[in-house]
Amino acid sequence: MARLAETRDETPTARTLVLDVPGWPGHLAGQHVDVRLTAADGYSAQRSYSLAAAADGDRVELTVQNVPDGEVSPYLTGVFAAGDPVEIRGPVGGWFVWRPDAPAPVTLVAGGAGAAPLMAMVRSRRAAGSRVPFRLVYSVRTPGDRWYADELRRPDPGVEVFPLYTRAAPDGWPRPPGRLAKGDLAAWAWPPEFDPACFVCGPTGFVEAAADLLVALGHDPRRIKTERFGPTGG
Amino acid sequence: MGPDTGAGAGTRAEAVVYEDTGAYQDGNALAGPLSEVFGVDVTRAAVRCTACGLAGPLPRLRVYTHAPGAVARCPRCEHVVLRLVLGNGTAWLDLRGTVGLRVPLA
Amino acid sequence: MGIVSPGFHGRRRQGDVKLPPGQYLTDDFPVLSAGPTPRIDRDEWEFVVTTETGDRRRWTWREFRALPSETPTVDIHCVTKWSKLGTTWTGVSLDTLLADMDTAADHALARSYGGYTTNLPLEDLLDGRAWLAYRFDDEDLHPEHGGPVRLLVPHLYFWKSAKWVHGLDLLTQDEPGFWETAGYHDYGDPWLEQRYQGD
Repeated sequence: MARLAETRDETPTARTLVLDVPGWPGHLAGQHVDVRLTAADGYSAQRSYSLAAAADGDRVELTVQNVPDGEVSPYLTGVFAAGDPVEIRGPVGGWFVWRPDAPAPVTLVAGGAGAAPLMAMVRSRRAAGSRVPFRLVYSVRTPGDRWYADELRRPDPGVEVFPLYTRAAPDGWPRPPGRLAKGDLAAWAWPPEFDPACFVCGPTGFVEAAADLLVALGHDPRRIKTERFGPTGG
Repeated sequence: MGPDTGAGAGTRAEAVVYEDTGAYQDGNALAGPLSEVFGVDVTRAAVRCTACGLAGPLPRLRVYTHAPGAVARCPRCEHVVLRLVLGNGTAWLDLRGTVGLRVPLA
Repeated sequence: MGIVSPGFHGRRRQGDVKLPPGQYLTDDFPVLSAGPTPRIDRDEWEFVVTTETGDRRRWTWREFRALPSETPTVDIHCVTKWSKLGTTWTGVSLDTLLADMDTAADHALARSYGGYTTNLPLEDLLDGRAWLAYRFDDEDLHPEHGGPVRLLVPHLYFWKSAKWVHGLDLLTQDEPGFWETAGYHDYGDPWLEQRYQGD
């Protein structure tokens, strides 16, 4: 069982939940948890959320995007209050993970809410003192949709962040708004010759497109790991 | 099983076109429920499709969860590799679409 | 039961509407999907009934549409717990399609384009309780909802109403279908909450 310790708003519609989970066994960056909500009459609903922070004792963090007509996210981002209990199961998933002892350079490609497990990788790298070079390509609709914006703006030697806007960019931004294109990844992802580990996370269509672009640029499909969010959000 | 597989949109017998609606997730989505069944993390397992022979890690499967149960399909030929239904405190796991499950221990 | 989350209600039934146990009311029409969506050209579409002796009866789209149709308004109940009330369909009654079939079968297995199957007692397809529907809400049935033609058996959970229906096997022995071989109930009466095997 977990209890909500505190919250941080990432955007007007996305909130990070900091949970205390006594006896938490630790986790790897990229793993997720299943959150189960149960009503007083026994009705229950379950969703998966990526762990957004590095392992840190009994504390874990999730970032939840509020889906207005959703069933679980409006509760977690609106009603759920400090001290409230919640049932979580995990950590789960041992494939879409980055281990701090991995020596290869890392390309992270995030679409929208797909930033959460990739942020966990950035934070785990920092926590472990790894000097493996990271590049994060982060696609969002508008500047206001960026999660972890302040933290990613702060210097973090060896981590380069490339925001990409699909609908509206800040004034003077050199790249016009538009979907992730081959040229973006050619410019910002580590080239295939470096044999980087690639992690791609986001909505299914975004992940499909990004993974195809990486393959088209010459990346070994076996070095590309993906995590697609399905249609059942909320 | 690479990500460069658009086989879902191809044609099969019957002269029917199959539209890839993108309504699926990666095999990672099965990590939680399958760990309840097996007690180990089977997302590191390798599977081989009985229809087309494609082999690869379980997370490369396409998992359709917006359905009465989870249906994991081969990313190349869309054959049903695995189905998992959870209900009434019971897990029904059907593995008829894979010739085996190779699970690394520890 | 798990830990109760204070203030969590979930999607609930609304008002005094009579719904089967465990269902909630929805106004939209959720799309469930267990695979890629087949797009079937009406010129290619056919419906085939195969009896237990191997006799076949086949309808092309043109032949099918020449049959008398009905416009039932029914409530539908999905095993994933949503119910939608007062849905209006246009289709051909299975009574019409099966009228001339010479069969001693008690069971039926519906087969769909894309490989989906579901089993029903043959009698549940008769007596004005089942249709091959090709219109929903006065529009041609969209592929995501099973078009061009889906089975419509509203008195059972909606997984029995096979999308993209292609044929019906009439059988003397029950043959469980796609979900029925994966833990779901053989019959699926929503009012008895027959969701899973053993319910």
